[in-house]
Amino acid sequence: MADNVKPRVRVPKSAKAGEAIVIKTLISHPMESGQRKDKQGNPIPRQIINRFTCEFEGEMVLDATLEPAVSTNPYVEFEAKVPASGTFKFTWYDDDGSVYETTEAITVS
Amino acid sequence: TVLLPATALHAAVDEALAKFTGGAAVGEGGITLSTPEIAENGNTVPVSVSAPGAVAIMLLAEGNPSPGVCTFNFGPLAASQSATTRIRLAGTQRVIAVAKMADGSFVQAANEVKVTIGGCGG
Repeated sequence: MADNVKPRVRVPKSAKAGEAIVIKTLISHPMESGQRKDKQGNPIPRQIINRFTCEFEGEMVLDATLEPAVSTNPYVEFEAKVPASGTFKFTWYDDDGSVYETTEAITVS
Repeated sequence: TVLLPATALHAAVDEALAKFTGGAAVGEGGITLSTPEIAENGNTVPVSVSAPGAVAIMLLAEGNPSPGVCTFNFGPLAASQSATTRIRLAGTQRVIAVAKMADGSFVQAANEVKVTIGGCGG
């Protein structure tokens, strides 16, 4: 597991049913590309977040595949619409098999 | 046979495109790609893409060591088929966005981004 991996998401606390809401997500992660070399000239092994998903009550909002060309601390912003109150689940998948999760509840009126 | 770098570069882009489209023709229109004209720092270049009615959008960076950047697959609860992220660009190059539409057709858009300091290698 990479050090200090911390997911952060911003979701509105409330929304109207079917309203487009903006979700901003970021996870602190080096996204080591595998292209860099250390001071001795040895390649630094690739270690990235290779997949990010956002689900709402088991239904998919966004499923993203990430490559080494995504920047350090990968940021993804997108829009969701939800029919009722519930919980978003955000999941990041690391090359080393680690899985990072966070959830965020929203009240829909 | 030794390929010229430019040929190898385009071969990798063509390969990524073919994998995504299955060899289908790629049209234009219906997809918007927003990138800065000039990126002072290639380590973190903001990119937004939008293609109403798309099921998936793939981003490619033509001039990177490997052209793949990311693919967004939109689920039933996506309010729009759009997303924003930050990417690495090794140098001045074209960024390409290709969308797979709900009817199985494909459209693309491409923007040139001038990069002052490259964002790959170290």
